[in-house]
Amino acid sequence: MAGIIEYAMFTLCLIGIYGILALGLNIQWGLTGLFNIGVAAFFAVGAYTSGILTGPPSEAHLGGFAMPLLVGMLGAIVTSGILALLVGLITLNLRADYLAIASIGIAEIVRLFLKTEGWLTGGVRGMEIGRPFEDWLGGNFTLNFLIFTIIVVAIVYVLLEIARRAPWGRVLRSIRENEDATMAAGKSVLAFRLQAFVLGSCVMGLAGAMYAHFFGFLSPEAFRPMLATFLVWVMLIAGGSGNNKGALIGALVIWLIWSGTEFATGLLPADLSTRAGSLRILLIGILLEIILVTRPEGLLSEAGERKRQIAREKRRAGEET
Amino acid sequence: MAEFLQLTIYGIVAGSIFSLGAIGLSLVYGILRFPHFAHGDLITLGAYFTLLPVSILGAPPELSFFFGVAATMVVAVAVDQILYRRLRKVAPVILLIASVGVALILRSLVQLFWGAGNQYYSQGIDMPWRLSGVNVKPDHLLIVAGAVILVVLLHLFLQKTKTGKAMRAMSDNADLAQVTGIEVNKVIIWTWVIGGGMAAAAGIFLGLDTRLHPVMGWRILLPVFAAAILGGIGRPYGAIVGGLIIGLAQEYSTVILSPPYKPAVAFALMVIMLIFKPTGLFAGRKA
Repeated sequence: MAGIIEYAMFTLCLIGIYGILALGLNIQWGLTGLFNIGVAAFFAVGAYTSGILTGPPSEAHLGGFAMPLLVGMLGAIVTSGILALLVGLITLNLRADYLAIASIGIAEIVRLFLKTEGWLTGGVRGMEIGRPFEDWLGGNFTLNFLIFTIIVVAIVYVLLEIARRAPWGRVLRSIRENEDATMAAGKSVLAFRLQAFVLGSCVMGLAGAMYAHFFGFLSPEAFRPMLATFLVWVMLIAGGSGNNKGALIGALVIWLIWSGTEFATGLLPADLSTRAGSLRILLIGILLEIILVTRPEGLLSEAGERKRQIAREKRRAGEET
Repeated sequence: MAEFLQLTIYGIVAGSIFSLGAIGLSLVYGILRFPHFAHGDLITLGAYFTLLPVSILGAPPELSFFFGVAATMVVAVAVDQILYRRLRKVAPVILLIASVGVALILRSLVQLFWGAGNQYYSQGIDMPWRLSGVNVKPDHLLIVAGAVILVVLLHLFLQKTKTGKAMRAMSDNADLAQVTGIEVNKVIIWTWVIGGGMAAAAGIFLGLDTRLHPVMGWRILLPVFAAAILGGIGRPYGAIVGGLIIGLAQEYSTVILSPPYKPAVAFALMVIMLIFKPTGLFAGRKA
């Protein structure tokens, strides 16, 4: 029983971390229409920044500043934001599909950098960072981290929901729908795109920091960049892009399916089980194609969300009169 | 001087492989108007399909080549007719997402059937010839000669056959081409036949030059995209030039940069091109 609870809490922590990633991608793709398939780059930069800032001293690589967790998270947000700013200044003038191609380039370069520059990151041997809250609340790390994750997800969600409803969020959506009209309305399309790209990447960096502290160890292989990026995309599309609630629900549903495939492939005969990982990715890939063909707007569509909101407002107005 | 020559040879070999990949990518991009992210995995698939006759029947790689190319053509057309065709009415960006999914599906299939480790077409070392301080492997000659033959065949197809002309017309201006009564679906199928076949050849040559690995194609997708953009989207001849430029630039860069950063050179060239001349060297499609 305790094992099941522990596993459920572990799963929820990962869902929370992936939920934050999906929220970050939702700002870029869902609201603004910026096609970033280099999610893993910002995720990894955030993770390593926080790892270097908060980790214990080590001979093998830079770091060991042993700073508090919050400083690490802040650092993660800042460095992934700076990376996004540099990348955005160069590429955001380009069309969506060129940006997509450029973003795989960035992800590839970040991956090579983390692997090659061992003095900074520990290279392929990885980086030990240790885990926070080991001795809080009876010392159950997973429980403590789960509470922490829920708080962070709630803060990020509320802030992004405020941003989405604000005039700022409306401008982003109008850029997505019709760039020329937005420009004609006197908005600087490039400036808003840059803001959306940087903000989204900062959120991804934050998710990276959470990931780093959850596992307490980082290596270039731990990220499996294509898998992380791909899962986040499937989550956002399945949940409903443009909708923050959809992003979180997508993270929940897709992660449950993803873990479910682990159980399913666990039932396979032993000689096949070594290839189970590929089978799981295959299933998720097919699921994505089915969603795209049959329900491209996702579980909670953005348009549906707007309709529900109007209905709510009408009901409230009806009560008042 | 010998070092420069050596790098030039490596650059031409890599460039031939990139060119073959970029031809299909550029045609698909020009005709179907989306960047096909599963192209790298078609490259991988071509390499692995060629392994089948080699490992099962013990056939020489030179003959298995044809099997690999044909099988990859079939897969490329099948993916298009089963999946992409259903999504053509919606925004091209949905096709882009779908192709990322296809990339993962193809890669995991390769891993399921052939495992995640390295594989080789033949055991033993391909002894290089030494010519005045420069190493040339017989495989290198085979790769460059193969690429040249394929490019000549492509040229004849595009210039002499009706389908080839229709393909160039579609790639130039799809709306105008449709008005003149070109059978769109037929041209699209031929695009995948050519694109898939060229990608398979690229993969087989890459496998011959180095080794087979499930992410071999994905790893060269960036230089292949760079080559297609450099040459101009929808311009198969531009893609050939683009591929050679990227191949040479990557090899020359190793004089000053550490070799793992080769893809960064392709990336830099691509971004510079996109900023200053987004239509590419051969004035391809911009919009």
